[in-house]
Order: sequence, then C-alpha cells, then structure tokens
Amino acid sequence: MTLLALSNVTKRFGGLVAVDNVTVSVPESGVTAVIGPNGAGKTTLFNVISGFAAPDRGRVVFGGVDITGLPPERIAAQGLARTFQLVQLFGALSAFENIKAGCHLHTRGGLMAALLRLPHTRHREREVEEEARRLLAFVGLSGNADIPAANLPYGRQRLLEIARALATRPKLLLLDEPAAGLNSAETTRLSDTIRKIAGGGAKVLLIEHDMKLVMSTADHIVVLDFGRKIAEGAPDEVRRDPAVVAAYLGVSGAQRA
Amino acid sequence: MTKSPRTISPEAWRRSIGALPWLAAGGVLAYAFVFGGYLTTVMSFALIYVIFVTGLNIFMGFAGQVSFGHNAFAALSGYTSAVLTTSYAWEPLAAFGAGLALALACALVIGYPTLRLRGHYLAMATLAVGLIVYEVAVEWKALTQGYMGISGIPPLGIAGLEVTSERGQLALLAIVVALVLGAAWRIRESRFGRALAAVAGSEDAARALGISAAHYKLTAFLASAAFAALAGSLFVHVVGFVSPEVYGLHMVVLSFTMLYVGGIGTIAGPFVGAILVSLLPELLRRFKDYQDLVYGVALILLLIYAPKGLSAMKGLVRKPVPR
Repeated sequence: MTLLALSNVTKRFGGLVAVDNVTVSVPESGVTAVIGPNGAGKTTLFNVISGFAAPDRGRVVFGGVDITGLPPERIAAQGLARTFQLVQLFGALSAFENIKAGCHLHTRGGLMAALLRLPHTRHREREVEEEARRLLAFVGLSGNADIPAANLPYGRQRLLEIARALATRPKLLLLDEPAAGLNSAETTRLSDTIRKIAGGGAKVLLIEHDMKLVMSTADHIVVLDFGRKIAEGAPDEVRRDPAVVAAYLGVSGAQRA
Repeated sequence: MTKSPRTISPEAWRRSIGALPWLAAGGVLAYAFVFGGYLTTVMSFALIYVIFVTGLNIFMGFAGQVSFGHNAFAALSGYTSAVLTTSYAWEPLAAFGAGLALALACALVIGYPTLRLRGHYLAMATLAVGLIVYEVAVEWKALTQGYMGISGIPPLGIAGLEVTSERGQLALLAIVVALVLGAAWRIRESRFGRALAAVAGSEDAARALGISAAHYKLTAFLASAAFAALAGSLFVHVVGFVSPEVYGLHMVVLSFTMLYVGGIGTIAGPFVGAILVSLLPELLRRFKDYQDLVYGVALILLLIYAPKGLSAMKGLVRKPVPR
C-alpha cells in the first residue's frame, strides 16, 4: 500500500526546474529517505508535499486524498506533519508549551471556549498537558520542560521540533535534514528516535545529507539529482546503483563502500 | 539538597517580585478610591485605557501583529453610544451593543483581506482606518457636530439606575477591568491563546501544525477590536462628552507607550502600564516647563532598565534551571 504518492511533480522557479517530473511512492511502512546532492530539489519537494509551495504540474495524493495545492494547515489536518531545515520553534514559549501548541489539531475550542473555561475544557487541557509530558519524555527532554525553546542547545531544539510535530498525531512525519548541525552523539540519539517513531505507528519521510544516518535508519531510499529521480530502492540496492555512485556518492564513496 | 525553612525559595522570591507591579498599581487605585479628588478622575481614565490596551495586547502581544488603528474601533463605538443615548434616548448598554456591532463589522471588513497577507499590510491599513474615522468624526457635522463634539451624554447605568459619583464610576470601572483582565488571562491559558502564540512565534511552523494563521489573526483582531469598542463607549459615559480629538493619533501613541512600559504580552502589563503612564504627568507637574522633558527621560529610563516592561521584572531574578 502507498501512503504518499507523487506523480509527475514539477516545480519551477523562473528558469530553474527545482523538481523535474518526479514520481515517488512512499510505502505505508517504515522510514523512507530522500537523498541527493545540494540543490537536488529535496527541500522544494518537501515544500510541495506539505503545501508550502504549489507544484506547476503533477499530483500529490496522501492517504487516498488529493492534497495538491492545499494550504499547509489543511494538509497537516490530513495527518502529515513536518519539521524545517532551519528549526522553527516558538522561541519565547517553553519546550512544554511548544508541544502543547502541537496538540491543536486533535483538540477543539476557540475564543468562546477560552472565555467560558467550562469543566470540559479544563479536562481537555489536562489531557493535553499529559500528552505533552509524554512526548517530552519520548525525546528525552523531560528535564527541559520549562526552558524557553530558544534557550535550548541546537540538538535539543531539533528533538523538540520532532516531538511537537508528533503532537499532531501524524500518519506521516516529514523531517527536513534533521541531523544538520548535530554532533555524532546527537545524531545517534536522533537515529534511535526516528526508529522509535517508525516502530510506534507514524511513518517517516526523511531528507538527509548524513549518509550514516540514512543508511542506519532508512528502509527505502529515493535519490534525486538536478530535480530528477535517478534511483529508488532499499539501502543496499541504492548504494550499488552506478547512477547514484556517479552522481552522489562519488568514486571514492564507492570505493569505501 | 535540603531546604531550610527560613530561607525564601527562589521561586517564591520570583513570585513576590512578580506581584509587586500588581500591588503598586492596585495601591494607587485604592488610594484614589479612598481619598477621592482629582486622582479619582485620572484613575478612571487610566482604567479605561487598561481595557483598551488589554485589547491591543491580545492582537500585538499574544498574536504578534501590529495595529496603529485601534483608536478607530473606540471611536466608532464611542460615537455610536454618544449619538444613540443623546439623540435617540437609548439605554447605554443597548447603545454599546450597537457600537460594538459597528466596530466589529468594520474590523471584519479591514481584517479579512489584509490579514491573509504577510508582513505589515495590516498595520498600514489600520493606520489609514484610524485617520479616516477621525476625518469622518470631524466632517460629518450633522451626526457628530465636528470639533464641537457631543455633550450631555448620560452616565453609565441600567434601567434608570445611574452611577453618577466619581467613586461609583471608579468602582464600576474597576469591576469591568477585573473581568477584562480575567478574560485576557483565560485567553492566554487556552488552546486559542496557544494558537495565537504559535502564530506570533512562527507563522510557517504554526501552519505546519494545522493552525490556520489567517483565521487566528482575524479572530484576535476582532477580539481586540471588541475591547477597544468597550473602552470607547465607557469613555463617553464617564466624561459625558466626546469630540474627535479623544480618539485621535494621541490615543495610539499613549496606548503603545502603556503597552511597552507595562510589558507587552503579559497580563499585568496593560494594567500597570496604563496606571503608571496616566500617573506620570501628574507626578511631574512640579517640573513645570520641564515636565515633557522629564516625562521623556522617565520613559527612556524605563525602557532601558525594564526593556520587557515593568511586569516582566521577575525576569531579573534568574529562574532555577532544571538539569
């Protein structure tokens, strides 16, 4: 079964074709990684999937629903959550409050509910707090609950952003270069977290440069180069694919492998 | 680590410092109520500004947007109250209802198209609306009597029971202010408030979490316009008179000063800021010719030594970092 299907997706910026006629299926299991050299169109592809950029051509179908060109908040409501290459936390809010904000989609209540603050609403608030505590523990940030997100070390900000995305209870989690700027200990922790997420029901689609992370976490790899898909398959197949070796891993990479 | 019962814990210390601005501002209010006189009038205006600035804070502090035109909503509601109670003998409450509806309709017309855009298109649009409403108040003489203004507006009251004494008005305003501050607190500590904080923090991240930035910006704009309308109507009944200058650009400058001096984004900020900024000119009268100069210096010093506002002073005491 396919959870996310892109068919013939093209996105241009002026004369530059950032994503060129890409067709990708993300299976309904495990971790899928999109790799490719800088400028291969990975982030643009993510933006097209998550609604931050509308494709010029092609369709995006998620969970059987056509989400092509829908605004980001509608796509998130379909069960697709994402993180950003440059971490986008609510810096002034505590780690705890960041995750509570992530619970928006599966709770109810607007201005009137806020003003009336009925027992029902208070009860829901306690459930949200419980879920936020659980997610903080899941990514190992229980000790940082009350610290403003902006004051956390970068590695923990990444983990917090992932926890906040999980708070939306996604079917598919898109991670945009989650290992960027992390040291190797933090990367190992991130890799464990990603495997734990995949084991816990949500599927993960990952853009990554860090080959160690990709090879150790991904079940399925898609390779982009200059906006085009050049290979797709299991890590071992991709690693041996001559087109990938030439375009991305390079000759020395092939010798190491 | 053991805690000695005689030492004050850092958290308790923080909390007591956080309570200081509330106590100080509340103390001034109590003094005005007990001793009466001119200070009572000053405090009545200050409390009306607390309501106005609390509304502005919801839009600017909670949702992180900018509006230079909330005086327009106060003016629309204030003039509606004035006209309906004087020319048509409406009850103040019913007239306020009409004023509120007009202000909200106007906010919707401005907010709906502009809040979908990023950046400060809304700020520019609000500035324009503030100026337009002012011009209309000046020029539509048949309705507003221009610069002459409308006088003889009845005091606050329901079903013939009028609050005429200065102390009575102050007490009534204090009750309204307490309700307004309670409403602001409830908004901040809710799902709605979190959505506003998310939009303020990062619009992209908020949308990626399923929070419709356009919807929440518009709702925050309408809510804050409602507070502005309440302040605008209360003003005409407390003073008994209204003219265009009441809701001029001066109101915008004053309310921004109160918001930043008190502490934007906090609950106490508008309360403390409005009372201090209203009190300051009275305290500085003794400086006569230098009054404005000292006022300016006082504001600069406040913003240097309490850049996040007076109500954020507890931030000066470091919060213990859990490790």
